[in-house]
Amino acid sequence: MFGFGILSGVVFLPLVGVIFILILRGEDEATLRNARWAALSTTIIVFLLSLVVWARFDPSSAAFQLVEEKNWFGAGLIYKMGVDGMSLPFVILTTFLMPFCILASWESITYRVKEYMIAFLVLETLMVGVFCALDLVLFYLFFEGGLIPMFLIIGVWGGKRRIYASFKFFLYTLLGSLLMLVAIMAMYVQAGTTDITVLLHTNYPVTMQKWLWFAFFASFAVKMPMWPVHTWLPDAHVEAPTAGSVILAGILLKMGGYGFLRFSLPMFPDASTYFAPLVYALSIIAIIYTSLVALVQEDMKKLIAYSSVAHMGFVTMGLFTMTEQGVQGAIFLMISHGLVSGALFLCVGVVYDRMHTREIAAYGGLVQRMPLYAVAFMIFTMANVGLPGTSGFVGEFLTLVGAFQANTWVAFFATTGVILSACYALYLYRRIIFGVIEKPSLQGILDLSPREVAILAPLVLLTIYYGVRPQQVLDPTAAPVEQLVKNFEAALSTTRTAALPTTQAQR
Amino acid sequence: MIVAIVFLPLLGFLIAGLFGRFIGARPSEAVTTSLLFVSVLFSWIIFLQVGFGTAETNVPVLGNWFTSGTLKVDWALRVDTLTAVMLVVVTTVSALVHLYSIGYMHEDPSRPRFFAYLSLFTFAMLMLVTADNLVQMFFGWEGVGLASYLLIGFWYEKPSANAAAIKAFVVNRVGDFGFALGIFLVFVLTNSVAFETIFAAAPGLAGKQIHVFGINADAMTIACLLLFMGAMGKSAQFLLHTWLPDAMEGPTPVSALIHAATMVTAGVFMVARLSPLFEQAPEALAFVTFIGATTAFFAATVGLVQNDIKRVIAYSTCSQLGYMFVGLGVGGYSLGIFHLFTHAFFKALLFLGAGSVIHAMHHEQDMRRMGGLRKDIPITFWAMIVGTLALTGFPLTAGNFSKDAIIDAAFAAGAHQSTAVYAFILTTIAVAFTSFYSWRLIFMTFFGERHLVPAGHEAPSAETSDAAQQHDEGKSARASDPHSAHAHDDHGHDARGHVPHESPWVMLIPLIVLSIGALFAGIVFAGPFIGHGYEEFWKGSLYQSPNNHILHELHDVGIIVEYLPLLMMAGGALVAWYMYIRAPGTADAVARTNPLLYRFLLNKWYFDELYDLIFVRPAFWLGRLFWRGGDGRIIDGLGPDGVAARVIDVTNRVVRLQTGYVYHYAFAMLIGVAVIITWYLVGGHR
Repeated sequence: MFGFGILSGVVFLPLVGVIFILILRGEDEATLRNARWAALSTTIIVFLLSLVVWARFDPSSAAFQLVEEKNWFGAGLIYKMGVDGMSLPFVILTTFLMPFCILASWESITYRVKEYMIAFLVLETLMVGVFCALDLVLFYLFFEGGLIPMFLIIGVWGGKRRIYASFKFFLYTLLGSLLMLVAIMAMYVQAGTTDITVLLHTNYPVTMQKWLWFAFFASFAVKMPMWPVHTWLPDAHVEAPTAGSVILAGILLKMGGYGFLRFSLPMFPDASTYFAPLVYALSIIAIIYTSLVALVQEDMKKLIAYSSVAHMGFVTMGLFTMTEQGVQGAIFLMISHGLVSGALFLCVGVVYDRMHTREIAAYGGLVQRMPLYAVAFMIFTMANVGLPGTSGFVGEFLTLVGAFQANTWVAFFATTGVILSACYALYLYRRIIFGVIEKPSLQGILDLSPREVAILAPLVLLTIYYGVRPQQVLDPTAAPVEQLVKNFEAALSTTRTAALPTTQAQR
Repeated sequence: MIVAIVFLPLLGFLIAGLFGRFIGARPSEAVTTSLLFVSVLFSWIIFLQVGFGTAETNVPVLGNWFTSGTLKVDWALRVDTLTAVMLVVVTTVSALVHLYSIGYMHEDPSRPRFFAYLSLFTFAMLMLVTADNLVQMFFGWEGVGLASYLLIGFWYEKPSANAAAIKAFVVNRVGDFGFALGIFLVFVLTNSVAFETIFAAAPGLAGKQIHVFGINADAMTIACLLLFMGAMGKSAQFLLHTWLPDAMEGPTPVSALIHAATMVTAGVFMVARLSPLFEQAPEALAFVTFIGATTAFFAATVGLVQNDIKRVIAYSTCSQLGYMFVGLGVGGYSLGIFHLFTHAFFKALLFLGAGSVIHAMHHEQDMRRMGGLRKDIPITFWAMIVGTLALTGFPLTAGNFSKDAIIDAAFAAGAHQSTAVYAFILTTIAVAFTSFYSWRLIFMTFFGERHLVPAGHEAPSAETSDAAQQHDEGKSARASDPHSAHAHDDHGHDARGHVPHESPWVMLIPLIVLSIGALFAGIVFAGPFIGHGYEEFWKGSLYQSPNNHILHELHDVGIIVEYLPLLMMAGGALVAWYMYIRAPGTADAVARTNPLLYRFLLNKWYFDELYDLIFVRPAFWLGRLFWRGGDGRIIDGLGPDGVAARVIDVTNRVVRLQTGYVYHYAFAMLIGVAVIITWYLVGGHR
C-alpha cells in the first residue's frame, strides 16, 4: 500500500476512514448514519486485513516477520514495523474488538458522533501501532499518543465526573511516561540506536539495567495497572462510555503487559530477576486486595474494573516467573481478558442504555425479563471466574503453574484469587440477574436487541472456543517465548560467570 | 461407543438449552431423557466388556487441549474398570432422575432449562470420570460444580436458593484451591499431568523430600494432601461440608442425582483414581481416614435431630461419604468404590422417595407435619423401607456388604495405621446413629397419626419451639418455593383437608428400579468388587502396593467385630422405635432435658455461624477498609488527589479547565519527541 507493507496498511487504514468522515458535512441524521457506517466498515476492513497478516504469519518461527523499514528523519531515526508471535495476538485482538466498539456506540452516542468515530479510528491506528512498532521512538509515539483520543473519549463523551477521571489518568500516565522517555534516551546513548531488534541483543551493565528497568516499570505498571497505582482505572472506567471501557480494559491495559514482555524482560534480564520479588509482591497484593475491594462495590463498572486489576495481577506474576508456562499463560490471559472483560463491559452497557444507572442495587431479577442476556452474562461471568472450558481458565492455570515453579508461596497466595473471584463475580450476578423483579422501572425492560445479539454472540462463541481449543493463540507465542526464556537464562548465566572472576579477584 | 456415552448428554444439553424455548417442554424432556437412556445402555455394555470381559484399558485421544513447554494436556477418554463402574453409576442414576423429573417437575414453567442443566451435569460428570489427566479431571470437576450451582439456584426467585448456590460454588472453590495446587506440585515433580506418566513416576518419588511453602516435606504426602483438599470440598467432608445441607434448596431430583449419588462421590473417585499416588503417602492416607471418620460421626450426630426430610438424608449422605473415605484411607480403594456404587442406588432411592413424599404433600418438607402416610402412598413407603434397610446395613441388602466391610477394614488396619482405630470406633457408633435417624424418618413420616399442621402454625413441641433457632432451616421448611406456590394455588394453602396422593408411574418406576439395585447390588457385585474376583475385575485400575493386604485382613477380624455393626444397627432402630412409636413424646423429653446438646446438634455444631464470623464478615470488612481507606484515603489522598489539587491551582490560571489536560499532555509529549530528535541530530553528527 503506497509502497508500504501490509502492517503499515493495518496501522494506517483507519486514518482513511477518518478522512472520509472528515469530508462528511452537516449534522443531519443521514450524515451521522453515514459516519457510523463509515467507521464500522473501516474497522471491519482493517480486521479482515489483519486476518491476512495472520494468514501470512509463520507461527513456528520466533523471528520478527513482515518487517518493513524506512529511513525517517535522515540520521538514524527509522520507521520500522514488524510482528512476532508475542505481538500478533494483540494486533488481532485490537482489530477484532474495534467493530464491536463501533456497534456498541451505535445508539448510545447522541452528540458529536463524527468526532467520536474519528477518535476511535485514530485510537485504533495508535493501538495497532504500539504492537507493531519495532523502533523505540516509534513505540513511544504510539504508546503515549494513544492516550490523547482516550482522554477525549472520556472527557467529552464520559459521565458526570469525567473531569476528575481524566485528571487522574493524566497525572498517573504523565509521571510514568516521562520516566520512560528518560530511559529511552539513556538507552539510545548506550546502544547508539533505537531499533528494537538491535536493542534486544544489547547488554547493559547491571546497575544501569536496574535504573532503566525501573523507569520502564513506572510507565508499564501504571498502564497495567498494578497496585498501588491502579486507582485511576476504576474512575476512568466508570466515566468512560461503554466502548471506551471496552477498549480501556481490552487493549490499553494490555500495553503494559506487552511492554514488560517486549522491553523489561528481554532487555534487562538481571534487573528483572532482581526486581521479580517486588513484582510478585505487588501482584499478590493486587489479586487479594482488589478482589476484596471488588466484593464491596456498588457500581457494576467499578466492580469489573477492580476485577480487571486482579486479573492483571495474574499477568504480571506470570510474566516475571520467566517460565514458558508463566509467560505464555500471561499472554493468553491478556487476550482472554481482552475478550471477557470487554464483553462484560458491553453487558453493563446493555442495561445502562436501558436504565441509565450502573448501580447494582437498581437491578435484580433481570432473568425473568431478559433470559438471553442472563445466559450471555453467565458465560462471561464464568469466564471471569476462570471456569475450565472458558478462555479464562487456560491463562490463569498456566500463570499459576509458572508461579508454582518460581515460588510456591506466590502460587499459594495467588491461587486464593480463584476463590475470591468466584465470590465477587457470583455475588454480582446474583444481585443483578437472580431474584424477583421488585422495581417497577424494571418491569418493562427488554431483552437483547438483534444488534446486541450480534455483538455478544461472537464473543460468547470465542470465549468457549478458546477455552476448549486455545492452541490457536498459544501456538504463535510458543517459539518466541521459548527463545525469550532461553535468552533470559543465558543472559543471567553470563552475568553470573562474569561476576564470578571479579569476586574471586577481590578475594 | 465411549464417545457416544459422554457426548450424547452434551447433545441433549445443547438441544434443550438452545432450542428448548422453541420446541417446548415435552420434546426437550423426551430428547434429553432418551439420549441418556442410550448412554445407559452403552455404559452397561462397556461395564460388562471391561469388568467381566477381556477388553483392554483403552484411551482414545480426542485432541490436544493446550500445550505450553513441557506441559501437555490432551482431551482423552480413559476407559478402564474404575471408569466403567462410574459410567454405570452416573448414567443409570442420571437417566432415572431424568425420567423421574418428568413427573416431579410437571408443574414447573422452565422445564427445558431444568433438563438442559441435568444433561449438562451428566456430561461434566462423565468428562470427570473418563479423564486421562489431572487437568481434564479438573475440567469435569469444575463443570459439575457449575451445574450444581445452576441447579441449586434453579428457583432463582428464592433468596435462600441463590445463597445456597453461591455457597456451594465458593466452598467447592476452596477445595479446588487445594486441588489446583496439588496439580501444580504433581507437575513440578513428574513434569506431566497425564495419569500414565504420573503413575509410572510415583513409586520413584516415595520418600522424596521437597522444599515447598517454606518447609522441607515429603513430596508425595504434600501432593496427596493438597489433592485431597479438593476431594474434601467436592465430597462435603468435615470442615468443607457446610454447603451440602444448604444445597437441598435445589429441586429434589437434583439432590438425588448430584448431592447423593454422583457429584459428591467425585472426591472418592479422585482418591481411588490416584491410588498409585496415595499408596506412596501413608501419612496422607491416615489423614483421609481421620477426616472420613470424623465426617461419618459428625454428620450422623447432626442427622439425629433434623426435621426437614431432605436435610436428614443430606446429612446421611455426608456421613456415608465419610465411610467411603475411611475405606480409601485404610488402603481399601475398592471398598470405598464399592460403597460408592451401592450407596448410589439406595441414597438416590431415598432421595427420590423423599421427593415422592414431598410431591404427595404438596411440597411440604417438614417431617413434623407428616405422619401416617404409609397407606396413602404405599409404593413410596415400601421403596423408602428398602432404602432404609440398605442404608442401615440390614443383612443381605447392598449397604450391609459395603459398609460392614469398611468397618471391618478399619479394625484390621488398626494394626498399622494410627487413625484407623479412631475410625473404627467412630464409624461403629455412627452405625447406630444412622439406624436411629433413618428409622426416625420412616416413623415420623409414614407411621403414627397424621398431624398436618398448616404452614406457619407452630406445633407445641420442644422440637418446633426451637425451630426459630435454626435460622436457615426454618426458612427452607416454611418458605414456599414458586413451584409449590402454583401447587398451593391449585389445592388450597392448607393441606389438611387434602388426601396425599401417590405419585405417577413415571416417578414410581425409577423408585422400583433403584429398589432392586438397593436390594441386590451388594450380593451380586461383592465378589468382583472386594472379594475373590478382585484381580480379574479391576485389572489394575486400582493400585495397591505389594504389602497392602487390607482386603484379606478384613476377613480375619473375629466374630465380635463382624457382628458389632449389626448389633449397633438393631440398637439404633429399637431406640427410634421406642421414641417415636412405642412412647411418642420421649424425643421431646430428651431434647428438653439436654437443651444445650440439642441446640448444638440442631444448629449443626454452629459451623455456619463460625464461618460467617471468621471468613465472610472479615472479607467484606477488609474489602471496605481497602476501598475507602486504602484506595480512597491513602493512595488517592497522597497521590493524584493531593497533586491534582496543586495542579488545578496552576492550570486554572493558564488554560480553560476542560481541554487543559489534553493540550497540556500533548504538549509535554511533543517536547519529549523534540528532545529525542535533538539527541538524534546531535548523535548523528558525532
